[in-house]
Amino acid sequence: MSTYVGDAADAPKFQTAAKKLVGDTQVRYNVKRATGVIRKKRAKVVDEMPDWEQLRESGHQIKQHVLRHLDFYLEQFETACTAAGGTVHWARDADEANTIIVGLVKAQQAKEVIKVKTMTSDEIRLNKALEAAGITPFETDLADLIVQLGEDKPSHIVVPALHRNRSEIRQIFLDKMNLTELGEQPEDLAGAARLYLREKFLRVPVAISGANFAIAETGSVCVVESEGNGRMCVSLPRVLISLIGIEKIIPTFQDLEVYLQTLPRSATGERMNPYNSIWTGVTPEDGPQEFHVVLLDNGRTKVLADREARETLDCIRCGACLNACPVYKQTGGHAYGSIYGGPIGAILTPQLQSMEHSQTLPYASSLCGACYEVCPVKINIPEILVHLRNKVVERGDAPWEERMAMKAAAYVLESPEHMERARKLGRIGQIPFAKNGVIHHLPGGLDAWTGVRDLPAIPKESFRDWWAKRETERAL
Amino acid sequence: MSSARNEILERIRDATGGTTPGREADYAAVPRNYVRQGSLSQEAKLELLVDRLHDYGATVFHARDGEVDSAVAAALRSRGKVSLLIPRDLPRAWMPDGFHFFREGTSYQEVDLSEGVLTDCALAIASTGSIVLRHSAGAARRALTLIPDYHLCVIFAAQVVETVPEGIEQMKAFAGVPITTIAGPSATADIEMIRVKGVHGPRTLDVILVA
Repeated sequence: MSTYVGDAADAPKFQTAAKKLVGDTQVRYNVKRATGVIRKKRAKVVDEMPDWEQLRESGHQIKQHVLRHLDFYLEQFETACTAAGGTVHWARDADEANTIIVGLVKAQQAKEVIKVKTMTSDEIRLNKALEAAGITPFETDLADLIVQLGEDKPSHIVVPALHRNRSEIRQIFLDKMNLTELGEQPEDLAGAARLYLREKFLRVPVAISGANFAIAETGSVCVVESEGNGRMCVSLPRVLISLIGIEKIIPTFQDLEVYLQTLPRSATGERMNPYNSIWTGVTPEDGPQEFHVVLLDNGRTKVLADREARETLDCIRCGACLNACPVYKQTGGHAYGSIYGGPIGAILTPQLQSMEHSQTLPYASSLCGACYEVCPVKINIPEILVHLRNKVVERGDAPWEERMAMKAAAYVLESPEHMERARKLGRIGQIPFAKNGVIHHLPGGLDAWTGVRDLPAIPKESFRDWWAKRETERAL
Repeated sequence: MSSARNEILERIRDATGGTTPGREADYAAVPRNYVRQGSLSQEAKLELLVDRLHDYGATVFHARDGEVDSAVAAALRSRGKVSLLIPRDLPRAWMPDGFHFFREGTSYQEVDLSEGVLTDCALAIASTGSIVLRHSAGAARRALTLIPDYHLCVIFAAQVVETVPEGIEQMKAFAGVPITTIAGPSATADIEMIRVKGVHGPRTLDVILVA
């Protein structure tokens, strides 16, 4: 049994991955263009809301309330869902969730399953587990399908194939759908996906979904989407399995009135997503007659235990922080080495892994605060980033150059005498590197700083020297 | 009780101290200073709904009460359709002469071969252009409003609310049955963020607004 977040534990350092990716001009162009379009759309539909800030505040406080009483609401959800004919399973970690789901699919003697976009299933590497058991999973969200057929990885939590342009997608579809002809317009590509998936929707007996919201009071589950693949998956097959992170619980049906306003506007810049499906257990003569919920921990209770970072679990996966982030815009999602990229991924990924992996992610930010500003549930991402950097240092996981530099800084700043001595030493030491009052390049590990920015050289006369001289002159 | 269940609940209680008797008061203290009640006149509300429906790419036909059947006929003629599927309890008066209407009860494959579906709705939300389908017995089951490529939906003016909170308030009353909200036809922006109308759900949504 073990907890993991996709393949994040084996991913290279953010800085290493980012360096390579910023050299890929095609990806950078695609990412910059797509995030620009969503940002603009979002701004337009957010600006027309006179009560946006109030909705953000309510959204935040409802989630904070849920987390304080999470044990109560999970049990309430379980009772209500069970009463409505559903079966609730609990999974401590990714392995356990995979074992449960594979077991449920095997019990149906099913060789295939259809899936509606669920990042949580990528988190637990469900597709690999299904394939290892001889079960073929079909991703049905258009972007997920592009990623799956392209044997690629998602690069955005809402638009996973954001890094691909239409001609790349066309080539993937031509190769993998065995087509001889296919246009290059988005309409042609969407049409190809419709044809490819339709017979699977009508035939495959088991579907796997995630959830945007699980309502404790009624035991209902809500999935928001736009293509109709979600509706197909949750209402056509005989059996439905929903994998739900324990933080997806909201107390009442009424609470949807907040999130169904903030989520679509933040995620895709729409006033409402084209489709929302809400269902409760099983309904005679309509939809799946067997319904399973798998409630997943997989590190979430670890996040819950850290009071200063707990609000990471408020996240409703809208992706607004990715689109707003100046770092994400340059690197794209793959640099983060996690299925959760961007600012939210930078705080969520290492925490889910108990800070044992992905320790470079809290540094994948300039702390500019754009993520906090757009967050529809007001997660203070910059503050949590700093908190996590502190944790990385406390664990002794910071790079040795940084640890040495911090030790040196602590000594230098300890007393005016130390400071003065260091300044004098520095003025001599910098001579080979300073040019016209600017240092462009420092040797060894110190280049981590000057590699991406210039450093002003230490001036011949410091303010302290000047002040002392002035005081002496005045005394004369 | 599974050991996983107990262990997760235990981990939660370790992390938070567990729920407290003050939970209800804590929930009641959540601020809700956002707009809940709309302020538009009935006329302005309907105008807003029509505007939003157009924005999503739906076509709106207007009808007077008692004349739904002629609006249905007009919509079907404009789409070149002669037969539609219908849910069990759809009023006979909505079905114009000269067209065929089939009660549901067919297999997915048969539904897939149909020309489209005609249904009512539970309510509509003007500010977001959302139509709320309540899939209770007698109304259309979910597959019926999803598999066909054409959906013709009848909305009465009295069913239209202005804000999302007003809509959720009404939906709460039938929260136990499956609910689908639709805003325009199926769509995607997954390819270069360009909006494409029609992926898996009905590619054409026509609305008859009865006022």
